[in-house]
Amino acid sequence: MSENKHIEAQDQENSAMQARGEPESVMLPPVDIYEDANGFTLLADLPGVTRERLNIQVDGNDLTIEGEAAIDMPENMDALYADVASTRYQRRFTLSSELATDDIRAEMKDGVLTLRMPKRAELQPRKIEVSAG
Amino acid sequence: MLGFVSGIDRDLLRQFERVSQQMERMMGLRGANGIRSGGVNAFPAVNLGASPEQVDVYVFVAGMDAEKLDISLQQNLLSISGERKAALPEDAQVYRNERFNGAFRRVVTLPEDIDPDQVNASYRDGVLHITVKRKEEAKPRQIQVN
Repeated sequence: MSENKHIEAQDQENSAMQARGEPESVMLPPVDIYEDANGFTLLADLPGVTRERLNIQVDGNDLTIEGEAAIDMPENMDALYADVASTRYQRRFTLSSELATDDIRAEMKDGVLTLRMPKRAELQPRKIEVSAG
Repeated sequence: MLGFVSGIDRDLLRQFERVSQQMERMMGLRGANGIRSGGVNAFPAVNLGASPEQVDVYVFVAGMDAEKLDISLQQNLLSISGERKAALPEDAQVYRNERFNGAFRRVVTLPEDIDPDQVNASYRDGVLHITVKRKEEAKPRQIQVN
């Protein structure tokens, strides 16, 4: 019960924030998505995000990618120019049920996330050999 | 078929372009745009900060080989160029292709009191961090009142 109240309070806070026009600032990372015979591959640019600050969640068919960029800046620094105004990345996708969500593999290198999402084994295409003759 | 598609799409694209330009103008109202600033879609994104001791440039360029980044400083003009290869396999069905692929170059104007001999660059987790020290005489000095 107390837990419910807590969630309610948080919801109110969120909607109050939205009403004031101050949604929490998140960046949408650019992605490439492609499909081949084995499954899907998703690449996302998340510069500044380390493996430890990356959070990938699969809940049913919902895939959420979240990351926090760690950029060490001198304390007395004034911003002269900024293309990037936030350190939080977030993006969501709905997966297809043919994917084996337990076998999703993630790799992070130089700020690029590579997610490989294989299709369930029974759905992978089988090659049928045609004998010449 | 082709005529139909390009007729509709071109008009739609032009509308999107207009909206995006309007948004850029609206956001640009907050401050004057630098003549070298690249606009909303410039790649890579750049942040620039200054403290009395140094100028810090952060270039958000994920997935690079640090050796393939070319950084040069001419007076107070810093230019960063390179090529990012993000080509997708040709035999795959591509659903989204938003990541930048190809050669890029960005030029950033730094404050004029920088010392071009004291530049340091490092690349980590997809962020290129360039530090340029400022000249001694430019630093604010405390003046004692007797």
